[in-house]
Amino acid sequence: MATMKALVCRECGKEYPTKAIHVCEMCFGPLEVKYNYEEIKKHISRKKIQDGPHSIWRYADLLPVEGPVFLGPHAGMTPLVRAKNLGAYLGLDELYIKNDTVNHPTLSFKDRVVAVAITRARELGFETIACASTGNLANSVAAHAAASGMRAYVFIPGDLEAAKVLGNLIYKPNVVEVEGNYDDVNRLCSEIAGEHAWAFVNINIRPYYAEGSKTLAFETVEQLGWRTPDQVVIPMASGSLLTKIWKGLHEMKNLGLVDDVRTKINGAQAEGCSPISTAFKSGRDFFKPVKPKTIAKSLAIGNPADGYYALKATAESKGSMDMVSDNEVVEGIKLLAQTEGIFAETAGGVTIGVLQKLVKQGTIKKGDVTVAYITGNGLKTQEAVIDAIGRPHRIQPSLVSFEQTFKVGKHGSGDA
Amino acid sequence: MPNMKVHIRFPEDKIKEPVIYQIGHEYKVVTNVRRADVRETTGWMDLELTGDSTEIERAIAGLRKKGVIVDPIELNVVE
Repeated sequence: MATMKALVCRECGKEYPTKAIHVCEMCFGPLEVKYNYEEIKKHISRKKIQDGPHSIWRYADLLPVEGPVFLGPHAGMTPLVRAKNLGAYLGLDELYIKNDTVNHPTLSFKDRVVAVAITRARELGFETIACASTGNLANSVAAHAAASGMRAYVFIPGDLEAAKVLGNLIYKPNVVEVEGNYDDVNRLCSEIAGEHAWAFVNINIRPYYAEGSKTLAFETVEQLGWRTPDQVVIPMASGSLLTKIWKGLHEMKNLGLVDDVRTKINGAQAEGCSPISTAFKSGRDFFKPVKPKTIAKSLAIGNPADGYYALKATAESKGSMDMVSDNEVVEGIKLLAQTEGIFAETAGGVTIGVLQKLVKQGTIKKGDVTVAYITGNGLKTQEAVIDAIGRPHRIQPSLVSFEQTFKVGKHGSGDA
Repeated sequence: MPNMKVHIRFPEDKIKEPVIYQIGHEYKVVTNVRRADVRETTGWMDLELTGDSTEIERAIAGLRKKGVIVDPIELNVVE
């Protein structure tokens, strides 16, 4: 395929070969993948995509891999759910949920980016894959490494909850508990990535890894019948997902797969870690890093690598950003579950909470075709809602007890 | 010679201080600013520190002691 042209610095534009590098040697700006769009244009079509595999790899022409072997064959093509009940509740005529709670193999959108990262890592000759993570990314790296026979190192802070450690150990990667806090793990991994010839998915493989997020834009457009939505609401951690959805939409337009991009990009964060949304609402083009304190741990990145670019993409699209409290996160999770039967992790609660706010503000209007991105499964963060969802009805093992409790039948309301 | 790329951030009360000059004098490291944005109330720099590993470590500790926030060039990589 070889549709990649180069890696290019997002700041100074200097080009590099498509190797495992991520920082510009000139200005230290981040690198991203540049494609040979003229070449891609010659052979891409809606039909070719539709005839492709039922996974992210139907868009392989627009992903930074050479092929033909793709690792992580099951990621992507998750349902785009027409959310009639939630739409009616919020007052939206055409609301969709892009449901990555059922992404495979590990039930979060990270399976998209890791499938791309591990495929590229293998192409570059790496035998060891690694990441620094507190949750979804670690799960996905460990699972993909197991399935593809690669050695894996997963670095986690020493104080991580037992359930999350278990979710990694089951795949038998090398789980490395670092005695220290997030900052210590962060710095150590950056140093290790510089010393060892490993594929650190979100460090030296980041330019490739991040491109996997574009598939959320591609699938949305295809599943909407080859049209772009009017509004999207995207949770923000590093901000990368938002910038790549914006990039993906424009790639589809530039390749003639859609006529126009009319989409307003809206970013969502939790109040306890909202450096990007706070900057946007203050009218600033830069963000101030924060110490995260929120239940939405999968979004808890206090010094986000793509924060600046997320602000830029949102401004270009004339979109918006907002944030919600932890209580609103929980209410958002409950609302999505109770209207659409989709149990999201805390990031999903952030997205739904901010969606609700943007509708109330009039930023998202009744007739707007709107897509909310739900990026992870609620079974991963059950502790966030455990005290907010009530208890089961406890009864005696008798018909009388049942009918009295629910006020039905002859022992309840008196009905026969 | 070992080197390290870091992203440093100045709180508002440190904006006027010649921190990079001081670090270059207090420790045996060469400081090389590659990209920066310094404003009235905030500022950051992408900086390369070159020297012995122990001196780089000391210089980073020194920056932190002066109230400067030091992160890897990639910023947060724990996702």
